[in-house]
Amino acid sequence: MGFLDALLGRTKPVPPKLDELFALPGAALTLQAATDFRPTGSGSVCFRAAEGRAFSDIENDVRELLNMDAGSKPVEVSKDTYGFTWLVCRHSPDDPEGLVTDLHAVNSSLESGGFGPQLLCTIMAFKDSGGRSLGLVYLYKRGTFYPFAPLSGERRDNALELQMRGTLADDLKIEPDLGRWMPIWGAPGL
Amino acid sequence: MARTRYASDPGLIARMGATMFLLGLVFVGFGVGLSLLILYGGHLYSSYHNGGVSSGGGTVSDSAIIVLAAVIGVGSALASYWWSDKIALRTSRARLVGPNDSQQAARLHGIIDRICAMADMPKPRVAIAPTQMPNAFATGRNSKTAVVCATEGILQRLDNDELEGVLAHEMSHVAHKDVAVMTIASFLGIIAALMVRFAFYSELLGGRGRNNNQAALLIIPIMLLSIVTYVVSFLLIRLLSRYRELAADRSGALLTGQPSKLASALVKVTGDMARIPTKDLRQQEALNTFYFTPALRPGDNHLGAIFSTHPSLEKRLAQLEKIQRQLGRQ
Repeated sequence: MGFLDALLGRTKPVPPKLDELFALPGAALTLQAATDFRPTGSGSVCFRAAEGRAFSDIENDVRELLNMDAGSKPVEVSKDTYGFTWLVCRHSPDDPEGLVTDLHAVNSSLESGGFGPQLLCTIMAFKDSGGRSLGLVYLYKRGTFYPFAPLSGERRDNALELQMRGTLADDLKIEPDLGRWMPIWGAPGL
Repeated sequence: MARTRYASDPGLIARMGATMFLLGLVFVGFGVGLSLLILYGGHLYSSYHNGGVSSGGGTVSDSAIIVLAAVIGVGSALASYWWSDKIALRTSRARLVGPNDSQQAARLHGIIDRICAMADMPKPRVAIAPTQMPNAFATGRNSKTAVVCATEGILQRLDNDELEGVLAHEMSHVAHKDVAVMTIASFLGIIAALMVRFAFYSELLGGRGRNNNQAALLIIPIMLLSIVTYVVSFLLIRLLSRYRELAADRSGALLTGQPSKLASALVKVTGDMARIPTKDLRQQEALNTFYFTPALRPGDNHLGAIFSTHPSLEKRLAQLEKIQRQLGRQ
C-alpha cells in the first residue's frame, strides 16, 4: 500500500499471485527423487467466504466446475474453526498436474468474480512411508511457499520443515520470513 | 469488477483530507499570528497609547516561552509516539502472549495469523489485557514495535468471526499509520495549550518585572490566539479521529469480507460497555484513540458527538451496511 494510501486510510485489498502455483508438480518430482515423500493426490484451496449472494453463486459455480471433471472425486467443502472455507480436490497420486490445474481453476473463478482478495492459501499434501505428513503451503498474497509438517497434538516438526526448505529451494520460491510460516492445524487433506 | 467491490469511499477520503488540510492551515495561521504579534505587536500598542515611536515588538521572554512550549510540546508528543507500544502495554496492564501459552492465546494467534496472511502484513506481537471490559487496540510506530491487544472481556464475549472483524479493524489502524497521523495532528493542540499556560504564568509571575507596558499587554493577544487555536484544533483533531475510525472499520470489513460480523461485534461490545461501573472507565480515557470503541460512552446527544473520538454506533453500522451491499452486488 502506497504511503499516500496509508495516510488517507485508503486500504487496497491485496490481489493474489496465481501463477507460482504451477511450480508445484516440479517440486513434487524433486521430493520424490530426493526424499521419501510422495504426493497423496489431495490438494486444497482455502479462502474467506464473503457475505452475500454474489460470492455464494461463484462458490457454487466453482464446485460444479470441479465435479464435472471425470478424472477426480467430487470436491469436499468444509469450514474450519476460524470461518475459512476449504475446497479439497482429490486426484490420483501420480497426477499432480491435473490437481494443480483444478486448483488453478478455483483461483481464477474467484478472481474473475472479483473476489481474488478473499483467497488465503493452497496446500498440496505429501506422505512418506513412515506415515509422516508434509504440506506444501502456498500463500497467495506473498506468492511464496513454505513447508508445514504437523505432528499430533498441534506440534510442528520444525527440523523437517527446515530440511525441506533446503531441498526445495531451487524449485519453489520459499517464503524467506519464517514469521509468516503460519501453522494450519487440522487442515483438511493433511 | 474487483475494483467496484473493494473500492474506497471517495467521500470519506475527501472529508479526511480536508480535515488534515484545515489542521495544517490552523497550524500555519497560529505560527504566522504569533510571529506577527511578536514582531509588530509593540507597534500596535505604542501608536494607540503614545501616538509616538515605539521600541518595537515583544521582549526576548515572549519568544522564549513560544520556543519552550514548542520544544516541550513536540518533545512529549514525539516521546509518546516513539514508545507508544510500551506506554499502551503498561497503562492497560497487558501481557504479551505466545501461541502456546493458553487456549485463549492460541485462538488469538490463529486469528491474527490469518489476518496477516490475507493483508500481507508482518505479524505484530500479541497481548492480552486482564480486564473484563470488552475492548481491543493496536499500536506501535512500525512493524517491529507493533502490538495488538485484546482484553479478556472481548475474548469471552465474541465468537471467532466477530473477533476477527475487530482485530482486522485494529490492524488497519497500524497499516494506516494512525499513531503517527494522530500524533502529528495533536502537535498543534499541545503547543497551543502549553502556550496558554505559559503566557498565563509568565504574566502572573513576571508582570511586575516588566518595564515596558506594551510588552506586558502582548501576553493577552498571545493567550487569546492560543485559546482560539486550541479550541479549533481540538475539534478538528476529534473530527479527524472519527474519520480514521470509519476508514479502519471499512478496511477491516473489506479484509474479512464479513461486514455484518463486525457490525454484530460493535453492537455486542457497545451494549456491554454501558453496564460497566465508572470506576474502571477513567483509567481508559487516555487510550481512547486506539480503542475499538471509546471507553466512555457519551449519550447520543449532538453536542457531545463533536467531542467524541469515535463515530456514533449508528454511523458505523450504516457504513457497514453499505459495504455489505457493495460486496453482494452481482
